[in-house]
Amino acid sequence: MKIIIKNKSELPIYEQIEQQIREQILSGAVAENEQLPSIRQLARDLKISVITTTRVYNDLTDEGFIISVAGKGYFAAPRGNDLLRERMLCDMEESLEKAVESGRNAGLTDAEIIGALKKFLEE
Amino acid sequence: MENILEISHLNKAYKDFALQDISFALPKGYIMGFVGQNGSGKTTTIRSILNMAVIDSGKISVFGLDSVTDSVAVKERIGVVFDSLYLAAHLNVKQIEKQISPFYPKWDHALFAQYIKDFDLPDNRRVGDFSKGMKMKLMIAAALSHGAELMILDEPTSGLDPVARDELLDILSEYITDENRGVLFSTHITADVERIADYITILHAGKVWYTGTKDDLSEGFRVIKGSEEDIPAGLKEKMTGFHAYRNGFDALIRTEDTAGLPDSLETEKASIDEILVYIAKEDRHERRA
Repeated sequence: MKIIIKNKSELPIYEQIEQQIREQILSGAVAENEQLPSIRQLARDLKISVITTTRVYNDLTDEGFIISVAGKGYFAAPRGNDLLRERMLCDMEESLEKAVESGRNAGLTDAEIIGALKKFLEE
Repeated sequence: MENILEISHLNKAYKDFALQDISFALPKGYIMGFVGQNGSGKTTTIRSILNMAVIDSGKISVFGLDSVTDSVAVKERIGVVFDSLYLAAHLNVKQIEKQISPFYPKWDHALFAQYIKDFDLPDNRRVGDFSKGMKMKLMIAAALSHGAELMILDEPTSGLDPVARDELLDILSEYITDENRGVLFSTHITADVERIADYITILHAGKVWYTGTKDDLSEGFRVIKGSEEDIPAGLKEKMTGFHAYRNGFDALIRTEDTAGLPDSLETEKASIDEILVYIAKEDRHERRA
């Protein structure tokens, strides 16, 4: 798991970390069922407060990205996980919506937009 | 949550300065940044915890024990780091160990030797000749080698170069991976605690101005800027450290008071440093009267 904290970012530290863990789980860079560092280990590695890493893991657990196993720690959720799947679908819908909007702004017909999408599907 | 340190209604008056009704608590497993201007009472509070200053009233408990009546038992379990060396300057590391280890039943010789090695401290030189960073690391090594469960650091980073300050943060992050420990870290270099502290206590003129989580502090306050004529009626009175200049004003404001502000007023995150500066400005202006 790779995490980079930007001190000058407008985003609070916990959001920066959440974003990066989410992306790595979605992309598979962190494999499903992979064990994550403990709350205190992560705080130590990043030299940040334990309250911050606790918040990160709580938020990601609520969102379904990671699961907490009592006595063992935190793991990346299995990819079949409903919450995670829903999140991915949601991401896709948002991107499609944006793509359609851009296409229409450029004056494309529906058929042309669908054609463009098909090209990506064939790749 | 169990508190490793708890101060309630502490009062201590000197001729020209008084701690007034100081109350705060540090839960076990966390780091508290203890900040405030020089002369705000941080060192007096720390001396009270260590029973080095006789308190007028109030109660301080450490590990659930009373800081006055159980003073010896408490001190065996505390590690202290001050901004200047409290150890005998004419001795070398080995002689220092001989001198202080008898006071600590849990002294671990092998561990001390390991820290001296890890911290690159020469064991044959007078510790008085050590650099400021080396002296700090020696005090930390001593604290860690007697199994201290609570580390109290009083301005450990003043006069340290950035590399040594970073090393200290590394050591403290490592120390707190054990959830049965706690750290009280007094400093006026707030950048040192901005990242690693879980809790912040701000002292101002002998009183607690804020105590709570660092997140609540940074979410609870904003810096507000704009033109004075755009301030809605009644809002100026809620600002701290109001400062007007030729082209506008700036001040500190509670986030809850920023609801429904006109667009012409800008608000942004307030760092701990900025908060301290506005508190000090408020005092100088004594606008409240």
